[in-house]
Amino acid sequence: MFEATSINHHNDQVQLRYKIVFGVMLVILIIPVVAILFTLIAKGSHAMSWPFLFDDPKDGMTAGGIFPAIFGTIWLVVVSLLASVPLGVAAAIYLSEYAPDNLLTRLINLATINLAGVPSIVHALFGVGAFVVFFKFGTSILAASLTLAIMTLPVVIVSSWESLQSVPRAFREACWNMGATRWQTIWHVVLPNAFTGILTGVILQVSRAAGETAPIMFTGAAMFLPFLPNSVFDQTMALALHLFVVATQVPDVPESLPFGVALVLVGIVLLMNTVAIWIRMHLRGKKKW
Amino acid sequence: MVSTAHNKIEVQDLSIHYGAHKALGNVSLTVRKNEIFGIIGPANSGKTSFLNAVNRMDMMRPNMNVSGTVRIDGIETRSWRNVYALRRKIGVVFPLPVGLPLTVYDNVALAPRLAGTAGSRADLNELVERCLRRAALWDEVKDRLTHLGSLLSGGQQQRLTIARALSQSPEILMLDEFSIAVDPVTTMRIEDVLKELKEEVTIILVTNLVQQANRLADRTAFFLNGECVEIDDTETLFSGSAKDPRTNDYIGGKFG
Repeated sequence: MFEATSINHHNDQVQLRYKIVFGVMLVILIIPVVAILFTLIAKGSHAMSWPFLFDDPKDGMTAGGIFPAIFGTIWLVVVSLLASVPLGVAAAIYLSEYAPDNLLTRLINLATINLAGVPSIVHALFGVGAFVVFFKFGTSILAASLTLAIMTLPVVIVSSWESLQSVPRAFREACWNMGATRWQTIWHVVLPNAFTGILTGVILQVSRAAGETAPIMFTGAAMFLPFLPNSVFDQTMALALHLFVVATQVPDVPESLPFGVALVLVGIVLLMNTVAIWIRMHLRGKKKW
Repeated sequence: MVSTAHNKIEVQDLSIHYGAHKALGNVSLTVRKNEIFGIIGPANSGKTSFLNAVNRMDMMRPNMNVSGTVRIDGIETRSWRNVYALRRKIGVVFPLPVGLPLTVYDNVALAPRLAGTAGSRADLNELVERCLRRAALWDEVKDRLTHLGSLLSGGQQQRLTIARALSQSPEILMLDEFSIAVDPVTTMRIEDVLKELKEEVTIILVTNLVQQANRLADRTAFFLNGECVEIDDTETLFSGSAKDPRTNDYIGGKFG
């Protein structure tokens, strides 16, 4: 009996060691995140001011504000979401609820997952060929947003599919047995319960769409524009491209400017994520089953 | 088989295959109006498949093949153009309680709403209360109709499922081993409910509790390995005068 106690004691020490190992890994992961945020705030916060946020760039982009870029990024993200969310969720509903479980469906699933791994520069060239040239949208917000949408679609589809699949099959069976059609079952029971999961996938894509440079630089984002876009057929400035430009392409930029741009970009993404997470928590309320 | 007025369901030469696997072979039986028809048998004997064939859930299962005929009120189920209307006539209760993640009220109101027969709010309120009362659940949930049905206890959820099935105003009620996840006291309450419901609906009671069939069923069928071994009055089967020795062995507790 006393031996057993000593073994348990030893076991406690082993458990403690595991806990420490995993804890250290977590800290190692957190360090770069904290370092990035800290650097951005330390070096970029001098640049922050109302004129910086709400004025046009001046003096060859070495001074002034970044309003056109903020405005353009929001345009691009919103239009790309308008395209990718309905399409992606619809495709996921088909794959999850309607498609027969056969070789073709599995191939499509596999292809979708792989599409998520295609480098964004490839999407950019596709966007040029398809939207700018073939559909004759020209270099415009529409072409750039659709390119971003194509890039984000696979992840929207996969994460929506997974959320739909996580709704227990018993719920569907119960609905079918009471005479509900497939669509009624999806609309009343499956989608409401998959919604928070779908939203999570969309949140991730907002950040990605806001931050990508390659897909928009050939399709609709301009280095500098003296006016704000009036419609989706205009070009626009965008934060991610503006950051690239002021950091590498323009001489004599004050050091705080690129850090300020980066801080605003990260701030916008965090703001959007916070809103979405708040919606999620609000909707989830409490555990439903 | 000529349809007679007191036959609710007539099944002829029903066979069910899942791919190459045969789940049920050549079953012919009739269920009379307003009786409780018990189906007993060990696991994998084809009981659940039988229920799925009756309300044509094989449509939702790509690898399930059904042959033979099922007639309800003399009309072959396969000739129903609107399979959803067919399923609305048949309430189903599952082995594990399925409280949908909706409020208690919405759980019961869902079927009439989907069918477009919900009517006014007052009508719906009355229907929900009536169904919950008949499922012996009203007194426990009347103060929390807006709580999530999926968070009720197992026994309550199972009665909620019965209330939901009743909200379709079904002509047939099919229960598939409803007492598996329910405590004995709740089971007895539900059994009392079923005895009353028999006046209005026809009930098919699939159960792996032999004594439950003995308590409730007017007639009982014994399924074994996808074969319908014997059908007779419950009294006859349980008095030891079953024709097939396997039936006697199963009822007597020698296997299963």
